[in-house]
Amino acid sequence: MSNDQTINNLENEELEIRLLLEAIFLKYGYDFRDYSKAHLKRRIMHRLSLSELNTISQMQHQVLYDRWFLETLLRDFSINVTEMFRDPPFYKAFRQEVVPVLKTYPYIKVWHAGCSSGEEVYSMAILLKEEGLYERTQIYATDFNVEVLEKAKQAIYPIDDIKEYTYNYQQSGGLASFADYYIARYDSVILDQALKRKIIFADHNLVTDGVFGEMHVIICRNVLIYFNRDLQNNVFKLFYESLRNGGFLGIGTKESLRFSDYMGKFNIISENLKIYQKKFEV
Amino acid sequence: MGYRAIVIGSSTGGMEALRIILEVLPKDFLVPILVAQHISPHSDNYLAKYLDNACEVIVKEAEEKEKAISGHTYLAPPNYHMLVEKDGFISLSVEARVSYARPSIDVLFESAAEAYNRGLIGIILTGANSDGSKGLKRIKECQGLTIVQDPSTAQAEAMPRAAISATDVDYIIPLREIGNFISKIIKEKSGDNSGYC
Repeated sequence: MSNDQTINNLENEELEIRLLLEAIFLKYGYDFRDYSKAHLKRRIMHRLSLSELNTISQMQHQVLYDRWFLETLLRDFSINVTEMFRDPPFYKAFRQEVVPVLKTYPYIKVWHAGCSSGEEVYSMAILLKEEGLYERTQIYATDFNVEVLEKAKQAIYPIDDIKEYTYNYQQSGGLASFADYYIARYDSVILDQALKRKIIFADHNLVTDGVFGEMHVIICRNVLIYFNRDLQNNVFKLFYESLRNGGFLGIGTKESLRFSDYMGKFNIISENLKIYQKKFEV
Repeated sequence: MGYRAIVIGSSTGGMEALRIILEVLPKDFLVPILVAQHISPHSDNYLAKYLDNACEVIVKEAEEKEKAISGHTYLAPPNYHMLVEKDGFISLSVEARVSYARPSIDVLFESAAEAYNRGLIGIILTGANSDGSKGLKRIKECQGLTIVQDPSTAQAEAMPRAAISATDVDYIIPLREIGNFISKIIKEKSGDNSGYC
């Protein structure tokens, strides 16, 4: 293929991707139109290379006529790579800076948005348990991908990851032994079922669904990186409106409120670890 | 239309190689530089600090949705892939490792090739694996300029060798000459002063 052909193809692909996203939105209501284009392009080309399809236009036809193919694309577009106690310093700072405030509340509502397969939700459950807060907490764990939500409910994870999770747990300021929280069977571990008791898993789409009210804590880590700035801003609005006064927001360590309209409406609890507190509205 | 950005991929021995290249560039270097250096997922930002101290251009870890601008060098943060969007904004991703690496050089190079086309210069440096070969090939296909460190000047030869065998690269240059070489071609053929169009 000549190089001019390559550039021409690039322009066509860009157009085809816009049409594909529009088709998915019009047909199914899932809105990826404001996702990072570089990210989507990677995922779409990856799927194309695994499929029998030759072009993105063929993919558009496929997704319109085949609901199962939509499920495949949903899986491709949502990155479900996560860990228990991912970024241990985040959990350590949460223990030190946020937990003392939560201890003054009679009950606590936590929303974990974009919870994926649940590793970080259970991490938070363990943390709250160790801090004596779990019994008065309700955790809402949401994701738009129902398939990963099912995985999250099962709380079964590969045993190969446990070594890293144990390291993370220790670094995060864990107060017990990580082995207390799981039972190993063959190639998997299943987490302590009691950790699920206060977690409600639900289908919620950050792009198209509304406010999830009166939260004391919202955790949403490494989800916003896949959105463009406009969409990030919309989601920060959603979080702002879903938080109580003085409620806490924790985002991914490389994500930032800085480029959004909501920077001035939060106090910074930890700049490096991206923990913010909603200012009191008067 | 001139060059609008440079991408560099490095692995084993990259810390010193990057310093040797970046320290000869002037403070007002005309295009942004984006770097994927393989690094432990648990490391802090010492590499950015080290390079920033040694160089006149500003060296920093990339922030999510930051715009890549001239006079700046952006490092992919440990444990994240770095991609660049068509409008010059940087996106990060935690998708699975590519060729065991996160950040992956291929991921950065492929996205940059599509964002900047012929306005891009891609450089593969020292390393003990073959990450970056596919990305450099993509840069060539999209009409960008491809440069590989002369393997005989590399602490680890495998990565530059793999890149050379995968692509008909434009230049193979000894490490100590790369900085001056890119300074010269950027001066002759840069786009606008903002580093993006």
